[in-house]
Amino acid sequence: MSKKIVISTDLNGDITEFIADERDSLLDALRERIGLTGVKEGCNNGNCGACAVLLDGILVNSCCVMAAEVDGGSVTTVEGIALENELHPVQQAFLNEAALQCGICTPGFLVAAKALLDTNPEPTEEEIRFWLAGNLCRCTGYDKIITAVQEASKSMQKK
Amino acid sequence: MQDVSYYRPSSIKEAIKILSEHGPTAKVLAGGTDVIVQARERTKKITAFVDIKKIPDVMGLGIEGHRGLTIGAATPMYQIYNHSGVQEEYPAIIDSANIIGGKAIQGRASLGGNLCNGSPAADTIPTLIVLEGTANIIGPNGERKIAIEDFCTGPGKTLLQHDEILISLHFKRPAPFSGSRFIRFIPRNEMDIAVVNVASQIQMDGNKIESSRVAIGACAPTPLLLKEISNFIQGKELSQDLLENAAELFNNLITPIEDMRGSPEHRVDLAKTLFKRTMNDAVIRSNGEKVQ
Amino acid sequence: MVSTQKKADKTYKVIGTRPVRPDGVDKVTGRAKYGADIQLPGMLFGRVLRSPHAHAIIKKIDTSKALALPGVKSVITHKDLPTAADAALNLGETTDNLKWISDKVLAAEDALFHGQALAAVAAVDKHIAEDALALIDVEYEILEPVLSVHTAMDKKTPSIHDNMKTVDMIARFQVGEISETQINNVASILDLELGDLDAGFKEADIIIEREFETGTYHQGYIESHNGTAQWNENDEVTVWLSTQGAFNARDQLAALLQVPMSKIKVIPMEIGGGFGGKIPMYMEPLAAIMSKQTGKPVKMHMQRDEVLLATGPTSATYIKVKVGAKNDGTIVAADAYLAYEAGAYPGSPVSGGGVSMFMPYAIPNVRALCLDVIVNKTKTAAYRAPGVPAAAFAIESIIDELAEKLEIDPIAIRMHNAAEEGTRRHDGVLAPSMAVKELLEEAQATEHWNAELSDPSIGRGIAIGAWGNGGMESSASASINSDGTINLNTGSVDIGGQRASLAMQLAETLGVEYDSIKPQVVDTDSIGYTAVSAGSRTTFATGIAVIEVGNKIKKQIINRVATFWEIDANALKYNDDGSVSSPDKIINFKEIAAMLPNTGGRIQASIDIQATTHVPTIACHIVDVKVDEETGKVDILRSTALQDVGKAIHPAYVEGQTQGGILQGIGMALYEEYYYDDKGILKNASLLDYRMPTSYDVPFTEIILVEKPNPGHPFGVKGVGEVPIVPPLAAVANAIYDAVGVRPNILPVNPRRLSVLLKEKNNK
Ligand SMILES: Cc1cc2nc3c(=O)[nH]c(=O)nc-3n(C[C@H](O)[C@H](O)[C@H](O)COP(=O)(O)OP(=O)(O)OC[C@H]3O[C@@H](n4cnc5c(N)ncnc54)[C@H](O)[C@@H]3O)c2cc1C
Ligand code: FES
Ligand code: FES
Repeated sequence: MSKKIVISTDLNGDITEFIADERDSLLDALRERIGLTGVKEGCNNGNCGACAVLLDGILVNSCCVMAAEVDGGSVTTVEGIALENELHPVQQAFLNEAALQCGICTPGFLVAAKALLDTNPEPTEEEIRFWLAGNLCRCTGYDKIITAVQEASKSMQKK
Repeated sequence: MQDVSYYRPSSIKEAIKILSEHGPTAKVLAGGTDVIVQARERTKKITAFVDIKKIPDVMGLGIEGHRGLTIGAATPMYQIYNHSGVQEEYPAIIDSANIIGGKAIQGRASLGGNLCNGSPAADTIPTLIVLEGTANIIGPNGERKIAIEDFCTGPGKTLLQHDEILISLHFKRPAPFSGSRFIRFIPRNEMDIAVVNVASQIQMDGNKIESSRVAIGACAPTPLLLKEISNFIQGKELSQDLLENAAELFNNLITPIEDMRGSPEHRVDLAKTLFKRTMNDAVIRSNGEKVQ
Repeated sequence: MVSTQKKADKTYKVIGTRPVRPDGVDKVTGRAKYGADIQLPGMLFGRVLRSPHAHAIIKKIDTSKALALPGVKSVITHKDLPTAADAALNLGETTDNLKWISDKVLAAEDALFHGQALAAVAAVDKHIAEDALALIDVEYEILEPVLSVHTAMDKKTPSIHDNMKTVDMIARFQVGEISETQINNVASILDLELGDLDAGFKEADIIIEREFETGTYHQGYIESHNGTAQWNENDEVTVWLSTQGAFNARDQLAALLQVPMSKIKVIPMEIGGGFGGKIPMYMEPLAAIMSKQTGKPVKMHMQRDEVLLATGPTSATYIKVKVGAKNDGTIVAADAYLAYEAGAYPGSPVSGGGVSMFMPYAIPNVRALCLDVIVNKTKTAAYRAPGVPAAAFAIESIIDELAEKLEIDPIAIRMHNAAEEGTRRHDGVLAPSMAVKELLEEAQATEHWNAELSDPSIGRGIAIGAWGNGGMESSASASINSDGTINLNTGSVDIGGQRASLAMQLAETLGVEYDSIKPQVVDTDSIGYTAVSAGSRTTFATGIAVIEVGNKIKKQIINRVATFWEIDANALKYNDDGSVSSPDKIINFKEIAAMLPNTGGRIQASIDIQATTHVPTIACHIVDVKVDEETGKVDILRSTALQDVGKAIHPAYVEGQTQGGILQGIGMALYEEYYYDDKGILKNASLLDYRMPTSYDVPFTEIILVEKPNPGHPFGVKGVGEVPIVPPLAAVANAIYDAVGVRPNILPVNPRRLSVLLKEKNNK
């Protein structure tokens, strides 16, 4: 049996300590050890983006990160992108634009879209499509997702 | 996931010690986008990860005047393509770095990882080759440098010893009137492994080709530097006919395999097309202009 | 992006609006619980050992080393499954056989495809379960795999299943007697014929005969199959899972585990996509058996390679079609031969293809001969309009060629042959009301169809397609709370917004606000039998159930108000806004709700209906492509989808269904395909190499919804989920022809295939 390790990380704004298996990926640890099941597993090898989180502010696939790596770092998941008592504009836009069907890809898209808008507040359609190409959605055909990100960009400009 | 231990050394010395003591099943962990997947899918026996990202020597990048560009081996792609100096002077590196996986892969994936993983289809290696990159390596016996064109020896095989670490990659300052371009061919438009990829570098003297370097991936057990092509076009006036004729050399230069990504015939055709396209774009860049 | 709706005449208050879905907030905050999100105390993790060979006799399985590994609690093989009867089981969109399902769950004597389950392990930790798999020793005798329909049917090829006989199908789902025609490795034949083919072809001025092939395509839902089971000491079993049909899952589990249905409770969790693929059972029964052995809950969650290897994609197909037409474009005869790969066990959707391909057209003399062929590949399952996209690709390609040869506009030739209400079909049915002509008229009028093509390397294609839709059984119940809010329970798994579309239908029926209704999907202990969410049936059939529940509630309310007011019920009227009035009094819905507790109790109603009034729908796709002749790569530049939806309850979700279906169709046309080597090993079992389109591969799809109401549904709903996937394959192929003058006959027409076709053309 492999070793258990203690990890301390800034998780969605709060310093969190948890015990993980040394061979857990960040995705395993978030879902199975901490219970943040908003982070989804679609492929477990970097191909789908459902497990996307921000690691030290940078978009990564949590299935391609070892849990041990985040010790001393910071992690933001879909559970942590909402503002206090208010959805993040990108979450609100996904609701308004009906940008989800089954919703399994949604957490990954939301985190990726937030990361995009944080670095590029007014992306073109082409830039949105390129940025989100690492996130697969099989239900929506992407149309409403792209529209929602455009909407979110607009509503964030207004604020 | 295999039964791996995780180490996070803070110096090269410490890292090499762990690698030496652990033996060949200990692997350097840079961005992990290859090695974590391999450990999970059990395609290689891996018993330890040696995470080098807390070692300052392998992180970051910078251009030092005429001495050129140095990129830390574990620097993630997004830092590379966001670097204005690289954008300006080494656009082919941007061409490559910007298409590795999707954005979430680029948050982690490194040039060092792409090179050390040694995939024949790796998307940065042809670029690193045509830019005459050198690999700075440290091992138990000290430092050494390897030209990147010599680095890969077979699919997944390189000259690197198991207890050596690639520290950084170095590129000299591009010559005036030179340009470079990398293009890969994939059936989709993103998130795919190259059927063929080509990097070309060219230095012009008026309309004459002063010198050039062309490298190709996914057509042989390693990415290849094609000196024959450069010899053929060197010193000649640039024309589409010249490129057409040079492209015909691919018929004998490469013998790609049949696999799920492509057939030998299609790969040779693609090689010719990508060669011409990268050349034309490199020429545009040698004039200081942008390609679309 | 433009989205247009050609409205049906009637106006509604709730229907046709676009409210936010009830499960929306949970899904954008990560709170929604999908199958794999379940965590139970003491839970074990299960994994499955799979065959590395496509065809092998299993000589021995030794599990002792795995069992000895610390942390491993259970290791099972086929002998741990109850013996399964050789009997048919109805799975909603397809039928299956229990023995085969059982063998597929864990192989008995042979491994019949790469990835077939051989053994399962449960351990305290998922890493340990995985370690244990490596410790199971299996001895194989490797056999030659059968990998195409042509080899399978060759007399020289041995039978994959001993004793398997070709049976006749009488209709799509009905198995008949053993057939007079016995074909090697063919499980069933459906031979549909109308009119006199020979006579028909004699009348023809032009006859075109072509062969087509399509690859194996996976549904590609982003959530992998999962299931968690708890087997109690009293033999009651609880199963949490992501399924398209909780009752269907329960009944399969009952049969496989040999436990009475009432003792199994299936709790349907949120489901991350299905498209037909989440109907069969795979590792759920294994979780149950290992839970029985250990007394602990066991969770299983497939890895992505397992999903691609061992769940049910759609059939790879070989289709030959011959069509005869007169010079004026009238199609006088059509003869189709369809051989679909079933995979290792019978049950391809070939009959769906054979029936639906001619549905949009009135052709007097037609035949479709449908063969269900066994090969050493994973058993196929339903996938969105099962069997139809491939068949439509064939017929719509030929119609495009006919139009070209006869110099008739592609829309005009389709219009000329369009089926109408009352057209006799080759499956014997008289066509009900369909919107073929209406849709084609709309297509003709689109800006897209009439726009100039800017470049000779750009081509435009069009195709149409039909899907029959589904009816089947649904239950619903609703109760009125004293504050006027309503709880609505159904057994229909919500796979894309049905909670919203069902609540909207109840709101419309009762004249209340959408927001006052709280719809829920409940478990199999809490509602009457409800068939799978598949076949585009949910908003239609469960919708009818919900409307009926609403009507029952209205009746009860009238009676209650009548008692309360001491007045004859016939003098009362239930108004559109939910109020009830007599000639001189009125009481609104809230007031009614408030008085219920003290006037005989709250009102609740439930119902179980069997919907039979479903009708086919038609879709059309117009697409512009740009072809890079040097590389063979095709880019989609513009896309317009038209669809007859009957009535769009929630237009945004309808558009989403259409856009999603179109993209899957584009994937089939250009990118996706299983790649097997000559040993039958699947080489591209990952989402990087099984290339589903990304957001960067496509433009927006403009949507035009045409509403020709279904007379068999109170609001006119027909069903929207499946038909949009049908036309894009042919539309893209026809567009490629328009651009470069070659007709792709094998899909996906990836750059490698197209470059071969282009070379052939240039060498001519
Ligand atoms: C979804 C997905 C998409 C991808 N798409 C592409 C693509 O389009 N093109 C492409 O080329 N690749 C692609 N890859 C592969 C991978 O992302 C790249 O090869 C990447 O550059 C690897 O870098 P890394 O830092 O993640 O390497 P790691 O996984 O950390 O390491 C890779 C290998 O190199 C060794 N190594 C790493 N750094 C050093 C060092 N400094 N010294 C010694 N050894 C070292 C490791 O031990 C390991 O064996 C993709 C991967 C995924 C998961
Ligand atoms: S689960 Fe991590 S990218 Fe798919
Ligand atoms: S909404 Fe289902 S995968 Fe995106």
